[in-house]
Amino acid sequence: MDIIIAGIGQTPVGEHWELSLREIAFHAMQEAMREAGELKPQALYVSNVLAAQLSGQAHLGTLLADFAGLRGVEACTIEAGGASGGAALRAALQAIQAGHVDTALVVGVEKLTDKIGPAVENALATTLDADYEAVHGLTPTAQAALLMQRYFHEFSPPEYALGGFPLIAHAHGAGNPNAMFRKAIKESLYQRAGMVSAPLNMFDAAPDADGAAAVLLARADLLPPDLPKPPVRVVGSGAATDTLAVHDRPDPLAFRAARLSIERALHQAGITRQQVDFFEPFDAFSIYAALSLEAAGFADRGQGWQWAQEEKIGLRGELPMMTMGGLKARGNPWGATGVYQVVEAVLQLRGEAGENQIPNARVGMVQCLGGPASTAITHILARD
Amino acid sequence: MEISRHWRLKKQRYALIGEVCPHCEAKIFPPRDVCPECGDEAKTEFAFSGRGKVYSYTTVQNAPQGYADAAPYTVALVQLDEGPMVTAQLTDLGSQKVEIGMPVEMVTRRLRSEGDQERGMLVYSYKFRPAEFQRLAVAAD
Ligand SMILES: [Zn+2]
Repeated sequence: MDIIIAGIGQTPVGEHWELSLREIAFHAMQEAMREAGELKPQALYVSNVLAAQLSGQAHLGTLLADFAGLRGVEACTIEAGGASGGAALRAALQAIQAGHVDTALVVGVEKLTDKIGPAVENALATTLDADYEAVHGLTPTAQAALLMQRYFHEFSPPEYALGGFPLIAHAHGAGNPNAMFRKAIKESLYQRAGMVSAPLNMFDAAPDADGAAAVLLARADLLPPDLPKPPVRVVGSGAATDTLAVHDRPDPLAFRAARLSIERALHQAGITRQQVDFFEPFDAFSIYAALSLEAAGFADRGQGWQWAQEEKIGLRGELPMMTMGGLKARGNPWGATGVYQVVEAVLQLRGEAGENQIPNARVGMVQCLGGPASTAITHILARD
Repeated sequence: MEISRHWRLKKQRYALIGEVCPHCEAKIFPPRDVCPECGDEAKTEFAFSGRGKVYSYTTVQNAPQGYADAAPYTVALVQLDEGPMVTAQLTDLGSQKVEIGMPVEMVTRRLRSEGDQERGMLVYSYKFRPAEFQRLAVAAD
């Protein structure tokens, strides 16, 4: 059965001190529902990681259905760390596929600025193995730094080899009105940047921020002829897990789940990775972009850093990536991030990406990761 | 609840007790009761030697609650001599420069500072320090 994305919505990513969790979520939901015209959601899937810890609020499914005037629909929260957005989208697809509902709304929302500093680090660290990673003072950023350190040790790329990923992301963010950072940065700035967790510097890590994004899915055969927006089909979906703790992997630099989820999604779509026109990777850290390219098979092991250049991943490159700024420039509102990636891919496929529009975008691949590909979820979207 | 959780983990934390698989002899840490190598049940206790090598390392600047007093601190992936890898802090570094491949040995140290949200309870666990011959070599410099 064909499933289409009939509506999308997003709020600008940033520090929304003035707005509550329910308000930013509603903004995105309302936009997606408005785009879908007559189609009303029969189910609501909320992706969120931190509300219970940072806002003291669980039970978001009912909260947001109620707040958005959807009382009566079925609703729940889906959590898979940084991959929550992809997981919620997948749950919605499965519900429609199984015939339980004809339409479903997915909203990803995160409100990080309700708390500050160590409390946020604490909450983020709950996505690691609490008993064997977080208890040792490890954070998601330090975990990425461990992988980056090992990567440089094993493959000896040039010192600033990963810098191209954040530089290109920032250049693309400049054209995205919803991005947190809308300014290109110079290479010298990257090279002088202070260390967050050496060798990982402040430009190697995406900023955690508030945000909400939504997509409304529907069975293709239910589409009214007068749908205001050109429909985008979800043609492939794949999910996989690895060990939760990175130390339990025989090869921590192989993003095995990332590879599996892409293989599964491509298989379902019936295409090869060469047929993908652009790729939205989970660049929460520069090193993740390199390892994801290797896992996807675009680059050989230890060679992903060679893709960190304009001719490869720029908007006119071989495989445009982070086309609306990626996590690095758009920002990383955890539970919402995977949904933002899909919203941005839909903009590209509709031809609505403005100055960031890539030419002839027909097939887009979107991947979100929970941790260092402890969970990986990949979706393939296509326009007719 | 937190107290019982830390009590349950004390054998692993204080003595690096894991498991050995009775079917394929794989050494397992942390204990997980299902052998990751062969998939069979593995519940036989095994005490690790506490010796290993640094697989990777980094410095934590922005620490979570309860760790802020110790920041910046060094966290490493340590490959134990018996095979498994663990995440742990490095300690007693002195003037020793950390390097990948550096031999280290386990010590028991306080992990979390007092007066945090757990009402001042102290959590002790394994950390790793440069192996003895390594420390002597630095001292002789
Ligand atoms: Zn076994």
